[in-house]
Amino acid sequence: MTEPALNPASAPRTPVYALVGNPNSGKSTLFNALTGLKQKVGNYPGVTVEKKVGTTFSQHGRPITVIDLPGTYSLAARSPDEAVVRDVLLGRRADTAQPDRIVCIVDATNLERNLYLVHQLLDLGRPAILVLNMMDLTAAAGLSLRVARLEHELGIPVIPCEAVNGRGILELRLAMSRADLPLPRHRWDIPPAIAPAVAELQASLIENDGKQPLIARAEALLLLTDQDPLRVAGSTPLRETTAGMLEGWKRRWQGEGVDWSGTLVNSRYEAITKLCAEVVQRAAPAGPALSDRIDAIVVHPVWGWLVLGGIMTALFLSIFTLAEYPMNAIDTLFAAAGEWVKHAMPPGDLRDLVTDGAIAGVGGVVTFLPQILILFFFIGLLESTGYMARAAFIMDRLMSRVGLNGKSFIPLLSSYACAIPGIMATRTIEDPKDRLTTILVAPLMSCSARLPVYLLMIAALLPGDRVPVGTKVGLMLLMYALGTGGAFGFAWLFKKSLLKGAPPLMIMELPPYRLPRMQDVLLQMLERASLFLRKAGTVILGISIVLWFLTAYPKPAGPGPVTPEQQIAHSFAGTAGRVLEPVIKPLGFDWRIGIGLVSSFAAREVFVSSMAVIFSADHYEGGKHGDVTPIRRSLAAATWPGGARLFTPLVCLTLMIYYVFAMQCVSTVAVVKRETNSWRWPLFQIAYMTGTAWVVCLVVYQAGRALGF
Amino acid sequence: MPSTVKLSELAIGGRGTIRGFPGQGPAFLRLREMGVLPGTTVRLVRTAPLGDPLEIQVRGYSLTLRKSEAEHVLVEPAGEP
Repeated sequence: MTEPALNPASAPRTPVYALVGNPNSGKSTLFNALTGLKQKVGNYPGVTVEKKVGTTFSQHGRPITVIDLPGTYSLAARSPDEAVVRDVLLGRRADTAQPDRIVCIVDATNLERNLYLVHQLLDLGRPAILVLNMMDLTAAAGLSLRVARLEHELGIPVIPCEAVNGRGILELRLAMSRADLPLPRHRWDIPPAIAPAVAELQASLIENDGKQPLIARAEALLLLTDQDPLRVAGSTPLRETTAGMLEGWKRRWQGEGVDWSGTLVNSRYEAITKLCAEVVQRAAPAGPALSDRIDAIVVHPVWGWLVLGGIMTALFLSIFTLAEYPMNAIDTLFAAAGEWVKHAMPPGDLRDLVTDGAIAGVGGVVTFLPQILILFFFIGLLESTGYMARAAFIMDRLMSRVGLNGKSFIPLLSSYACAIPGIMATRTIEDPKDRLTTILVAPLMSCSARLPVYLLMIAALLPGDRVPVGTKVGLMLLMYALGTGGAFGFAWLFKKSLLKGAPPLMIMELPPYRLPRMQDVLLQMLERASLFLRKAGTVILGISIVLWFLTAYPKPAGPGPVTPEQQIAHSFAGTAGRVLEPVIKPLGFDWRIGIGLVSSFAAREVFVSSMAVIFSADHYEGGKHGDVTPIRRSLAAATWPGGARLFTPLVCLTLMIYYVFAMQCVSTVAVVKRETNSWRWPLFQIAYMTGTAWVVCLVVYQAGRALGF
Repeated sequence: MPSTVKLSELAIGGRGTIRGFPGQGPAFLRLREMGVLPGTTVRLVRTAPLGDPLEIQVRGYSLTLRKSEAEHVLVEPAGEP
């Protein structure tokens, strides 16, 4: 038999690795260390779970694909993230080929629990490498590990590693480059009560579902651990025969009172405990760990609140002050670009499209960047140090009153600055219904873009050139309170009706405090920002151009030069305003305010400049940071056809309340669409929020009129 | 029959060995997979400032769970923490 000629076409391709591990085991750090910037983030089709694939290089320089699977505690999935891990490893996803080899990462200071997942992974019979991460922390924890012994027991390469320092990465790459990796030596006796069922299910899986023997056995064991398997879109279901067989066994055991899933879990942990007894040596126990001592303050009934408050304040200050500088710079930059185009291009529609449509649209997107970057930096920092879990722990009781869990706290809090990073941060919430509820109510938390509207209305509301600070603050707080109350109220409503589900679990690990690796925090921040720009940016730009079009066409015929006021009154937006008038008149708004509402769908702060144009305020030097005094005067002079004043104090208040509730932010819509993978939820969000705005404003205005205001 | 208390009723800082565990419910499967099993030693570290959830220490790490979940777990209290 002749040797096949070795040519590139038949050269064995390098294996595809899956990187699996518990949350908080340093998996992201390891992935970043292996792949650097060669990462691609996408989505698993049909589920809102991120797909992260990267490339690392073997010792010979050949590219190796690494799939970073979401962190999980067990293959018995409790969330869509974990279901994807299970399905990818079992080869049950059509969109992702089953990985050839596995790298499992464990936290060396927390070996017992981490080994539970490893124990399940070894069942798969794939070549595997175990990475013992956080070795640098074992000494501090008073532990010493017998690595060679562990390697001997498991039969797979074990690589001690300190991903934060880069130690062990080279050894890992070498191991991953090996042409042949040993299969795990998994000596574990299945409990006798369960064994016949395992054998039967395994046979059925081989015959009916077309699974290989080892995978079939692993899957059989998994089916017998998980009482209520979570199925997600894109995952191939069991064949009827196998499913029926499984049901049969379950019913039989229920009748006999056998705790089948508990038996399996117990049995695994018994094996693990025995293994750890031989591998982990505990030196004299140290005093209370540093993390405990920090927690004594951070989760203290009194000091804990101060710490939380301090961190919240730092978060907000950085948004409202730090972000100002780059945001102003961006504004100036885009204004300059617009000016340059104005000079460079002949006057006409094309020029207007470029300046007022495209440049304004792109500017609108890019303006968000400083806030997004800062918020994600903070969130990344809180998450990687371990504080995030404590915040969720503290706030859980309040959150569970409305049916959410503590993990919704930081996303909702961030939404006070800007709902976009807040919504993107909901990825940490495992339960899909909780996550969706949080996404739906996040925009109700009064974001910073509402401030220009509030400020304008407060100025218009109160006579005199100077508004007393106390009133200003009081009214602002009222608006914030309304928004927050609305968010929690709707969260409660949604959890009770549409998104009714099991009460969320709050079984969460409190990881030890760790110093984060700045590269990881920064990398994640940049990744999120880039995702925002690419996915949301295109939608926002598109809609901004459409909205520009609506205000620029059709053009009035003349006579003489057309003022901006006439233009906007004559445009589609103007017509829309007039069409809307009957609907918004009961709220005290006229068609000109209607135009403002329509045009500010792009972004809330556009309302201010629209008002300036519509009421032809002279010399409005614009932007969101402009002086509102000239507008105030125009607004104060505005009247209804009959002569009655348009902007009465009641109308100003009603208008503010409208902006508390209404969905007026195309960027948020775009992000919600991306995070929920469909248009259904963003559209629902627009409907319920704007609908509520209308109803509440109706009540406020009519009641106010009835009371004589 | 050793006397057992609910996990939620352990004294702060107190240790115990798990004796009784509900067989059903997604919360309990997950708890068990996290290493909270009959025969395991746990220590109640603290409650959250608002009273719920609880933090326990088990197998060398810290875990939170709600009182409503902890109530179903029966523990035999140990002597000194």
